[in-house]
Amino acid sequence: MRMQTPMRTPLKQARGLGSARGGAEHFWRQRITALANVPLTVFFLYTLVTLAGADHATVVAYFKFPISALLIMLFVISSAWHMMLGLQVIIEDYIHHEGFKIAALIGNILFTAFFGLICIYAIVKLSLGG
Amino acid sequence: MADNRMNVERPLSPHLQIYSPMFTMIMSVMHRVTGAALYFGTILLAWWLISAASGAHYFSYVNAFVGSWLGRLILFGYTWALIHHMLGGVRHFIWDTGAMFDKKALEVSAWAMFISSVVLTWAVWIAGYFMMGGRL
Repeated sequence: MRMQTPMRTPLKQARGLGSARGGAEHFWRQRITALANVPLTVFFLYTLVTLAGADHATVVAYFKFPISALLIMLFVISSAWHMMLGLQVIIEDYIHHEGFKIAALIGNILFTAFFGLICIYAIVKLSLGG
Repeated sequence: MADNRMNVERPLSPHLQIYSPMFTMIMSVMHRVTGAALYFGTILLAWWLISAASGAHYFSYVNAFVGSWLGRLILFGYTWALIHHMLGGVRHFIWDTGAMFDKKALEVSAWAMFISSVVLTWAVWIAGYFMMGGRL
């Protein structure tokens, strides 16, 4: 048995012991990104059906317009963050082996970060250069 | 001490396979499944964007795939997953306020969400088809 340090409250001792190592911040960020995603997804759907099958010049012209480029960038940032939080929960729910779980959690963060960066780079390039 | 703990027959919570599927339960599973599918579906978005940024030549290859029957099917499925997951999220926002937790409201909102997701997906693509002048 570990000796209990008198200065530590029971809450301090319990913190960080759950499978997620945290709680409220994850929930809050998940909801904030979800809220942002609602209008951004509506705009993304508009973009999707507008540009599906369009030729290169049309796509470039679309992203030349700053509002379009900025809204799609916001969609990408908010989505990437939301994806990271969402898959984290799925990993924590189904992967019980500690090593695989940590590897998957790291992979999840790197994947979503790369996804966001790749998309933003492409949008900036389309918007400013073509 | 450790041996005794191993031998205790503890009650287990019921496993997934013994439940008879309920619609609300299926919608809950679908929310997670569409979320995971969208996660991997975004690879296509990154691919499409980077191909457009790479120039007209490479973009034409990706466009040919998007225009193929498989590409169109994936795009349609992706749109449905996005709308379904978004409506499921809105349902969660309603629950966050503490509202619509009674059995009837759960059933009704589950069906409303599912039907709207299908109707909206078709509406988006039909509207898109006319907007593009029947291009795709």
